[in-house]
Amino acid sequence: MSVYPYIVAGWIMVVGFFGIARSRNLVHLILCVSVVQSATYVLLLAIGFRDHATAPIFQGVAPTARAVDPVVQSLTLTDVVVEATVVALLLALAVDAVKRFGTLDPQDLRALKG
Amino acid sequence: MAVAPLAIVVPILAACLLIAGGKHVPRRLADLVALGAAAATAVLCAILLGRVWHGHLEVYWFGGWHPRPHGIALGIDLAVEPIGAGAATLAAVLMTAALLYSQRYFEAVAPFFHGLMLVFLAGMVGFALSGDLFNMFVFFELMSVPAYALTGYKVEERGPLQGALGFAITNSLGAFLTLSGIALLYGPTGALNLAQIGASLAGHHPDALVIVAFVLVITGFLVKAAAVPFHFWLADAHATAPVPVCVLFSGIMVQLGLLGVARVYWTVFSGQPALHAPALVHTLLALGVVTALVGGVMAFLERHLKRLLAFSTISHTGMFLAGIALLHAHGTAGVALFVAAHGLTKGALFMVIGITSHRLGSVDEVELHGRGRGLWATGSLFIVGALALASLPPFGAFAGKSLIEEAASGRGFHWIAPVFVLGSALAAGAILRAGLGIFLGLGEARPPAMEQEAEAETETPETKGSVSRTPAVMLVPATLLLAGGLALGLIPHIDAAFERAAVRFQDRAAYAAQVLHGHATALPSAHVTSGPATSSYLYGAAAVIGAVAFALAALYLPRVRGRVTVLSRAGTGAARLMRAWHSGHIGDYATWLAVGVVILGWSLGAAIP
Repeated sequence: MSVYPYIVAGWIMVVGFFGIARSRNLVHLILCVSVVQSATYVLLLAIGFRDHATAPIFQGVAPTARAVDPVVQSLTLTDVVVEATVVALLLALAVDAVKRFGTLDPQDLRALKG
Repeated sequence: MAVAPLAIVVPILAACLLIAGGKHVPRRLADLVALGAAAATAVLCAILLGRVWHGHLEVYWFGGWHPRPHGIALGIDLAVEPIGAGAATLAAVLMTAALLYSQRYFEAVAPFFHGLMLVFLAGMVGFALSGDLFNMFVFFELMSVPAYALTGYKVEERGPLQGALGFAITNSLGAFLTLSGIALLYGPTGALNLAQIGASLAGHHPDALVIVAFVLVITGFLVKAAAVPFHFWLADAHATAPVPVCVLFSGIMVQLGLLGVARVYWTVFSGQPALHAPALVHTLLALGVVTALVGGVMAFLERHLKRLLAFSTISHTGMFLAGIALLHAHGTAGVALFVAAHGLTKGALFMVIGITSHRLGSVDEVELHGRGRGLWATGSLFIVGALALASLPPFGAFAGKSLIEEAASGRGFHWIAPVFVLGSALAAGAILRAGLGIFLGLGEARPPAMEQEAEAETETPETKGSVSRTPAVMLVPATLLLAGGLALGLIPHIDAAFERAAVRFQDRAAYAAQVLHGHATALPSAHVTSGPATSSYLYGAAAVIGAVAFALAALYLPRVRGRVTVLSRAGTGAARLMRAWHSGHIGDYATWLAVGVVILGWSLGAAIP
């Protein structure tokens, strides 16, 4: 098991944060949120990975066969469901932002300040 | 019997029924079903609280998946102890009151409003009771997503849209950091159960990875708890969410973030040698104190009543965080009592603002000045609530705060009590200023700090209809909540009960023994406390006097002061800087979040032996 997946996960997270901070378009910004979340997928799968192991499906394989950790895979699935909910809600808000503000630029959303 | 899972299932089932029924459910029926489900949840949570009140711990394993011998937990559990059960009860009580209140508050309400509120409640109850770290994350998301949707409920307006976007993005980022932390903990320990991760870390040698995991996990919870510099979303979300939703946000949701921090620290990390206790105490204490002061100052600079209350919530949350940071049973007990009293009082204050906007059609302090003279019942609730928040002895907030002060001086932090006085005086002084100006017509319409800030808040009133009378269903819940918040401090030996709960909450070994091995340990002995010290009464009185002084100064000083002094110019400049810092821009909020993580990690990591 190498250290690369962890570096990749960290990199994806930093890039996502950077994108959110610099974004000039709400749709781009929301996709950056899901980029940050992708970092958690990579991290979770990396943690459950084992060298020379199969998928954790024990049909036609000896129950003692080496398999990757199924727990993190189910955590990742839950995480995907959470992301779908959050991104759907955010995109719906972005649609309304275009209707009300006539723009997708977060810098022009200026109803609240101070 | 299995009461704990029922407290989560009942609101979810009712929500499913209401959402499936959709437009076919008449408004009255939807009100009744939602109210019934929330009240039933409150009763279930109160039963749980009654069972564990004396410091017991009740564990429920889903599907009967009890731990294997030698304490290997494969199943998922709810672990009910007094503080978690108390938080769940507070959430359900506030939800019941808010639903009662919203019967008249909203004229037209879509059926999914009730559904969202009930799912929100289920998420909060589950979060408070969960004994499993990953389930804490799931319930955290379950309470967050309905909260985003409820903030943007009036999505046809600009403010709510922006408030919901900022809230959803910052809190989601926080939740992802929490999840990364959970993953990093699962790596070395192979466990997700709080007790089991704790047991496994307690044997480990000091480890930098654990610090990183701790920082990531608590960051998500601190975003929810609105600690500086993660606090920006809170004021935007509160200013724009409907009033019944604000009751829940300020009253319990924000404080659940702190429950998360305290829960993972005590059950998981308190046995790990790498997490250097003095560094943790200083870091969290600094965050708490800065949050208390920033919240107080921002509340004082605000004229939009809902934002004003939101900043006062930030200020109080800072005090709660400081109390938890002391890592002392007195402090934790004080925070629990303070949170309960604050939740009830702040809920009542939001309802009063809702009534004011219902009757007078505005939430702007300057516009409302002197127009509330006829509303004596509403006005007296508002002013009593402000004084109670300033920790007027001997009521609930005072009882909680005095316990925290005791813990602080016991740990040698004698400067905390005066800082708390300043924070409460600022936040409560702002509320009092608004109350005295609106309901008694005292002083000048425009307090000095806001002269430059005549931004026009275009906001349609949330309510319509009878403006000649305040409906009883709006006034009664507010009165009951406020009375509850006051009464908490008058119950004899309440501090001993909270103390016992706190000792139980902080006992990692006893928690693990019962969750993993089923061994119930001896109950913590009840401390006989002598009640608040004389110095606490003095601090309480000082905060109340300070609040009154700040309020009167803001109302009357502009009349006295003839010319612009250097001091006042510097003050206005600083005020403008503070307000500019809260820019409303999502990119800035994300940047501050990243900065906050780095600060937390650096200050905790620097202490690795």
